[in-house]
Amino acid sequence: MALETIEIQEKLVATFGSAVFQFDQEKDIFSFEVDADKITAVILFLKNDPTLRFHFLTDLCGIHYPDNEEERQFAVVYHLHNWYENKRIKIKSFINGAKPEIKTISNIFLSSNWMERETWDFFGINFIGHPQLKRILNMDEMISHPMRKEFPMEDSGRTDKDDRFFGRTTINS
Amino acid sequence: MSELLLPPEHRYAKIIQERHNEDGSELSILNLGPTHPATHGIFQNILLMDGEKILEAEPTIGYIHRAFEKIAENRPFYQITPLTDRMNYCSSPINNMGWWMTLEKLLGVEVPKRAQYLRVIVMELARITDHLICNSILGVDTGAYTGFLYVFQFREKVYEIYEEICGARLTTNMGRIGGFERDWSPKAFELLNTFLIDFPIAWKEFENLFERNRIFIDRTVNVGAITAEKAMAYGFTGPNLRAAGVDYDVRVAQPYSSYEDFDFIVPVGKSGDTYDRFCVRNAEVWESISIIKQALAKMPEGNEFHADVPEYYLPPKEDVYHNMESLIYHFKIVMGEIPVPVAEIYHPVEGGNGELGFYLVTDGSRTPYRLHFRRPCFIYYQAYPEMIKGALLSDAIVILSSLNVIAGELDA
Repeated sequence: MALETIEIQEKLVATFGSAVFQFDQEKDIFSFEVDADKITAVILFLKNDPTLRFHFLTDLCGIHYPDNEEERQFAVVYHLHNWYENKRIKIKSFINGAKPEIKTISNIFLSSNWMERETWDFFGINFIGHPQLKRILNMDEMISHPMRKEFPMEDSGRTDKDDRFFGRTTINS
Repeated sequence: MSELLLPPEHRYAKIIQERHNEDGSELSILNLGPTHPATHGIFQNILLMDGEKILEAEPTIGYIHRAFEKIAENRPFYQITPLTDRMNYCSSPINNMGWWMTLEKLLGVEVPKRAQYLRVIVMELARITDHLICNSILGVDTGAYTGFLYVFQFREKVYEIYEEICGARLTTNMGRIGGFERDWSPKAFELLNTFLIDFPIAWKEFENLFERNRIFIDRTVNVGAITAEKAMAYGFTGPNLRAAGVDYDVRVAQPYSSYEDFDFIVPVGKSGDTYDRFCVRNAEVWESISIIKQALAKMPEGNEFHADVPEYYLPPKEDVYHNMESLIYHFKIVMGEIPVPVAEIYHPVEGGNGELGFYLVTDGSRTPYRLHFRRPCFIYYQAYPEMIKGALLSDAIVILSSLNVIAGELDA
């Protein structure tokens, strides 16, 4: 019997109550939000529950929402996959913009080790309990976190090239 | 000697100081990379060695990091394909097609069957070149140069096909939203048919050269073995995982671009060692050849090569000059003013090395709000230090090339 999304939702709500919310079917992927302080418990539950069996971490990445209220300025996105039932889910966890931190899942999924380092490198999200949280793609001497929205893509002093004339700015104006 | 290479506070320095071998020998440090001919790319590994045995390894990556995710946030959607080219540059058409399919999923564009089959053909050609390079380079690393030179000319043949399709060879920037930028020329099909006749003969010879070769077997069997559990925990996908015995393939699990129409097997290995990885890639090349043949045989009649979506597909240049609607669409597409729904999309494709995923977050503007590439190399390369623990230095080189770590994909 295929694993129904409603079953995942009911199990999660029965175990974690209001810590999991915003259930939604986005195109072909079932997604929901989790309170940041419950994330390890939820992921461990999803992995170990005999019917859910989300045993594979496909992807982990961060998103910056500078326009949100301070409590929800960063998000960490987890993509889990159950290969037995071929079911994917996406978990989003919003965290505080002033002090972005969340518990690591590197003790649950070995593969998240570098993905969390990458997220730390680019967003400055602190993964509490990570065994070796240091920069991975950028050089160690760097002080900023370049994927944050306020970080400019290019040297702002450049005058030889104006992206507005090439349809290359984010806003249509 | 060692203190020249490492700062005194490095943990290896401490290990060297505390360790006393019975025969009076010392541990040593070897700096493998960042640029070394045997690493096929820019990776650095600081190895702690006892004689020729590797005790520990510390990888450093990011030498060719080009901030694609940041650039993508500042580019309209159609300008992002050139970035995807440069990730796994051994099989760039797969990356291109994966990106277009992500956008098509976002925009709800239905691609005509013929264009889907053409995509399948080009993606399988890309898989062949990817595996061809990986396996032949593995041969080079074990001392067999001939096989590499012999099959490498067929990569040229594939590049000539790419050239016919899109004009480029390595970084292809192929396709558009809804299909291809132009129909495939008769020359492209001609080249493809010649390739399908000549290549299997050469590949068979290549296979014969290695598969039962005593030296090759001695160098690869039980070298860099990884169990299925460990491989899954480390996020392995693609041929490296299948070599460990797990038959996960995105083409089967979540068929895209009509892969469900084709009949192919997913080859799996058993022990997950270097030899199994070689054999799995070998077998996948045969499957790819078979898929291409099936696609050519089943190819629908007609000359449809793109979906009818004027909002997203550039009109022919003559129409732009003589037709007002075309001019408007042309302007809007080039200026990146196509309407885009607000959504979050994840689309996986089976790349040369495993599940290549595109996680796209849009906010309705002309650029992605956030685009994350799930790069299989980046995820499975973290298992490398563990895989080479206890191996010889020469084995470490062989394991690296059998994993097919592509620097461009690793660093994005």
